[in-house]
Parts: sequence; C-alpha cells; structure tokens
Amino acid sequence: MAAIEKYDLIVVGAGPAGSAAALVAARAGLRVIMFERGEYPGSKNMFGGVLFGHDINELIPNFWESAPVERALIEERYFLVSGSSATTIALRTKDFAEPPYNGFSVLRARFDKWFAEQAVAAGALLVCETLVESLIMDHGKCVGVKTGRADGSVYADCVIVAEGVNSLLTRDAGIHQEWKKNEVGVGVKELIKMPKDVLENRFNLKGQEGISMRILGLTKGMTGGVFLYTNKETVSLGFVAMIEDLAARGFKPNELMEEIKSNPMVAPFIEGGSTVEYTAHMVPEQGYKSVPPLVHDGLLIAGDAAMISNLLTGEGANLAVTTGRLAGEAVVAAKAAADFSAQGLRSYQDALDASYVMKDLKQFKGFAGYLHGNPDLMELYPQLANDFLKGLLTADGTPRGAKAKALLAEVKKTKSLFGIAKDLWRGWRVIK
Amino acid sequence: MRLVVCLKQVPDASEVKIDPIKGTMVRAGVPSIANPYDMHALEEALRLKDKYGARVSILTMGPPQATDVIKRAVSLGADDGVLLSDRAFAGSDTLATSYILAQAIRKMGEEEAIDVVFCGKMAIDGDTAQVGPGIGSRLDCAVTTYVVGVRSLDKDKKTVVVERRLERGVEVVEADMPVLLTVNKEANDIRYAALPALIESIKYEVPVWTAEDVQLDLAQCGLKGSPTQVKKIFPPPQKDIETVMVTDTISDPAQIAKLLVDKIEEAGMLA
Repeated sequence: MAAIEKYDLIVVGAGPAGSAAALVAARAGLRVIMFERGEYPGSKNMFGGVLFGHDINELIPNFWESAPVERALIEERYFLVSGSSATTIALRTKDFAEPPYNGFSVLRARFDKWFAEQAVAAGALLVCETLVESLIMDHGKCVGVKTGRADGSVYADCVIVAEGVNSLLTRDAGIHQEWKKNEVGVGVKELIKMPKDVLENRFNLKGQEGISMRILGLTKGMTGGVFLYTNKETVSLGFVAMIEDLAARGFKPNELMEEIKSNPMVAPFIEGGSTVEYTAHMVPEQGYKSVPPLVHDGLLIAGDAAMISNLLTGEGANLAVTTGRLAGEAVVAAKAAADFSAQGLRSYQDALDASYVMKDLKQFKGFAGYLHGNPDLMELYPQLANDFLKGLLTADGTPRGAKAKALLAEVKKTKSLFGIAKDLWRGWRVIK
Repeated sequence: MRLVVCLKQVPDASEVKIDPIKGTMVRAGVPSIANPYDMHALEEALRLKDKYGARVSILTMGPPQATDVIKRAVSLGADDGVLLSDRAFAGSDTLATSYILAQAIRKMGEEEAIDVVFCGKMAIDGDTAQVGPGIGSRLDCAVTTYVVGVRSLDKDKKTVVVERRLERGVEVVEADMPVLLTVNKEANDIRYAALPALIESIKYEVPVWTAEDVQLDLAQCGLKGSPTQVKKIFPPPQKDIETVMVTDTISDPAQIAKLLVDKIEEAGMLA
C-alpha cells in the first residue's frame, strides 16, 4: 500500500468545531483530512442540544433548509422551583419562528453527520472509527498525528484539535493540566419520546415551533440546573452539575435524574413519555479562566477542546462553530503565507479576541465562580421568590400592605436585605 | 489467483423491530451493517491472499448505499468490488438472487478467471443459507458449506483443503477449484483496517452494474423471478416463564445441587 500523502490540514474530531474548520479549509482548496473516533460524526455526542443558528448561518446560508434541525425555539422559560411552587419568567416571541430564526433544537447524532457531510462535499476526507492517539511533534512543532490503526501516522502542515471537552491530546502535549474538578461539570440527559400532537399540545407549539426551559432549584443546592427542550417527537430533559459538588455530596447522577423526573414541576412535561436514550457527558464550566493557549507551532485548538463555552447563556455548539471557522480561516491564511508557525497562525487568536465569542467569555469570566460561591442562588433564592409571591397572591383577608411587610420580615429572618443586595450586586458586577 | 466474496448489506439485527400490525420489518432509521457471516468469509479470502497472493473482488447486490460494505471490504484488503443495483432486482427471493449473483460472477470471471467464491453461511436478515449453494449450483462448481477454515490450497493442482464444522465433528474435505465455500463465524477473527488502506477505501469509487450490464433474463429477476414471497414476519411468541427464586443459606455445592434438583422435580419439569 502506498504511503499516505501529506495533507495541508489534519482536523481531529468531526463535531461542530472540526467540521466548520474542515469546511472552511476545504472550500479554500486545501487538502484536508478529518478524523472521527465514532462510527460516524455525532455518534459519540450527547443526543441533542440547542444550536443557536447565527454562527452556522455565516458558513452555510439558510442552513435550516437542508440541515436536520428539530424545532425552532420560540420560547425561553426560566423556572425557580422550591417545594410545590415555581416562579417562572419567560420570553415567547413569534419572531424566533421566522427566518433567520434564533436557535434550534437539534439531535446531534443527525446534525453533526450532516455538517460533516458539508465538509466532505467541499473536498475534505473524513475518516471515521479512527482514534487519534497522539500528536507528532518535531522540535516543538506539531507535524502530524498518530492514530490507533496500523501504519497510522499522517503528516500535515497544521493540526486543529477539536476533539471535545476531555482533550487528552492537548493534555498529553503539555498544553494544559488535567482539568480540575471545578472546571468541568457533568451533563446527564434523557431523550423522552412522546407522540407529536401530545408534545405540541403540552407546550402550546405549532408546526416547527419549540421551547427551551431552564429550571433552578432542583439540584439540591449544587451549582447547576435542569434543562428541558423540545425536539420533533422527543423531549430532552437533563441537568448539569459540577463534578466537584456531586463528588463531595456523594450523589449519583442517575439517582438525581430520577428525582428530577418525578418532581411535581417536571413530571407533567414528560408524562406518558418513554426514555429512548440516556447519555452523560462532561461540559466545560469555567469559561474564560480555563481556556488554554490556543495557538502553537503547527497546532490550533478549537471548540470544547478549547474549553470555550458560556455557562450564562447556555451557548456551546455555536461557539464551537465559530472557533472552528476562525481556526480554518487562520490555516488558509497561513497556507497562503507558507508560514504554519505560531506566528503564522496567530490570526486565529486575533480573530477570536475580536469576535463576540471571546468578548462574551471575558465579560462573564467571573460568572461560574460567582455561582459556585453562592449556593443560596440555587436553593434559597427560588424559595424566597416563591414564598414572597405566594404569600402576596394568597387571598386570605389580610390587607396586602400589612402582608407585604410581614413577608419581608420573613425574608429578613432567612437572609438580611443587605446580604441579598450584596449577592445581587456581585451578580451584576460579574456580568456587566 | 482470483477470489470473489459475496457481501450483503443487512439491517443491524440488534436494532430491528417488527411492526406488530403490518407484520413487516421496521427498517426506517435502522443502521445497515455488512452481514457478519460474509465478513468472516471475506477474512478467510484475505488470509488466502496474504498467504498465496490473490486478487480479492467483492460482489454486493443492494441499494446505492450498499457501496458502504464494499468500501469496508476494501479498507480491510480487498482489491476491488462491484455493486449490483437495479430496481429490476427488488423483491428477489433466494432463487432470483442466486441467479443474478451467479450471472454477475460469470461476468466478473470474463476479465480474470475465478478460483474460489466465498459466501457467508447465511445472512442474518433472512437466515436461509440458500443463496451460497444456489450460486454454486448455477456456476456448476463444487460447493462446500459450513467452512471453518481453509487448511491449504494448491495453485498448480487447483485444489483446496477445507475444514467443515458438522454436528458430529469436523470434516476435512478436498475440493477442485473453482469452488464455492460458505463460511461459519467461528472460522476466524476479522482484522482491523490499517490506515493507508482505510484512506484508499474512502476514496475508492465503487463500480455499479445494472441489469443491463449483466446478461440477465429479467423474467428470472425480482418479484417476477421469485416463486416465494414473504407473507408475514413476526417475532417468536413469548413463552410465559415462571421464575422461582430459591433462597437458602447452604453453601455446600453438593447440597445446593440437590436442592435445585428437588425444586425442579417439584415443578414437574423432570420427565
């Protein structure tokens, strides 16, 4: 068998970041090879997610016409749950049901496959079922990858690592330490199937419309939250929690999941449904503070492997698309200048810094720490909000003015108004 | 030396469900795989290639996406392949299928004579084990079934010695080539593709033959050429099984065995 030709670019991981990078580079005429360890792109992913469309639309205009999207999300609903009460705040807008839409629920096993096919159609070579075991370094420069297959080394001018949150390649290359327990969370999700008309009636949806919910107060005081969103004929329900908290409290993720499913606020949403998938996955939690150096000689890092995610807004996959696109563009520029050194690839870092991705990440860099440092946010505040509103709305013959005073006094017993003001102020500070 | 392997794309049996009302297989969304028996047949052919040198060609019949299994075979070391794909083949039963495949193998042989045709013992979707021998009888060559290994092959004398797994033991058979072998799963372990071959297989463009490309009597193909038709498919009826939990604290194996026998006798399960 002939030796493997040298490529311009090797992409490790055919997820949103990898496929975006491969697509951009292949479109520019570069010789691109992309490795995926799963049977097909998406097969190793958590089976669903929210994809904000703006980033991918820049690459593939009107992508929703050909991409396997589930539902256009027209409502974002937040729940603060305590006991048998919940305060909700929601935005529902029909504007999000019209092109260019805002976000879609997608089943990643289908969506990632489609996205990788776009890169293949542009000329990239996709090699599945192949694990990249290590980067091949030569005098500090990355010159290729070694896969787990026989005669499995491939060489290229540049490698983009986009292998997801738990990147062993970058750890083994000494680019970052093993992630600490407070840098990664665990996401657990069930895909719950129910008839389309039941789902649409239950959530008041028509046609392609969908809804996304986030619920605070069900993670037993641990930093994290519950999410729910609607697909065509399934509901994705799950939670994200810090691995550190789960470990410290000895909670098993599957047991917590069962408790969430049977919670009276959640159960009606999934009643009568049957679980068709159960998945668990690591999620980057710390945002900006965890981002390792992303540009090296002959090497770029993109997507979750770069620990780029936004805990506050719930963005991840769309950020991955943009990091992948920018990484791909940097490689195209480096190819034109025939300089694949860190200097030659620097435009990746510059473009990232100039993009909303890094600007948001910097802006919210204190957010994860803030959440983690304030367990009250997860349990006490939902309770205070519910007690206060419930008390105020209960018609029991007490004058409302006297009632408000009494309720406020109750609140003060649990937490001083100064303490609340301080928490709110600090919360404002970390995101402003 | 030229070896041909018949490779069928089948629905992944572990994911197939039966529509209880229509009595048909629910194929939508079910991933396709290469029939496992055929993959062991391929491995046996590749071992002969490694040992004696040979050109290994794949023959598949199915829809356009069945090229996947040919590419997989090429990634493991097959040299080339052909996909037979035509609407005229749809609905073919084992009789029509073996006719079409035999005609295609004849055509493949025009380019370079074929010494051994490999088939899996059976396909996991139909479980008939009829197509392999059906091809062999149409090609008018020796047929050897239940092969668990090729012991030796003599290129000059044109003979092959194989082991057949039978209920009473292993039978060692010598056959003249050309010969058709149907292979059991226990014949071998399937190899893992090396990267250069895998990359070549992804780039490999599989030739597709339609009914026109092969000399065929269309009356013998598809539904028209199929005297048998599937009327209904159903999962075997579930038997009501009563589970008895035996609880005791004894630890002596002999006593445990005696207790179990007693319980089984009690339940009237010993004739």
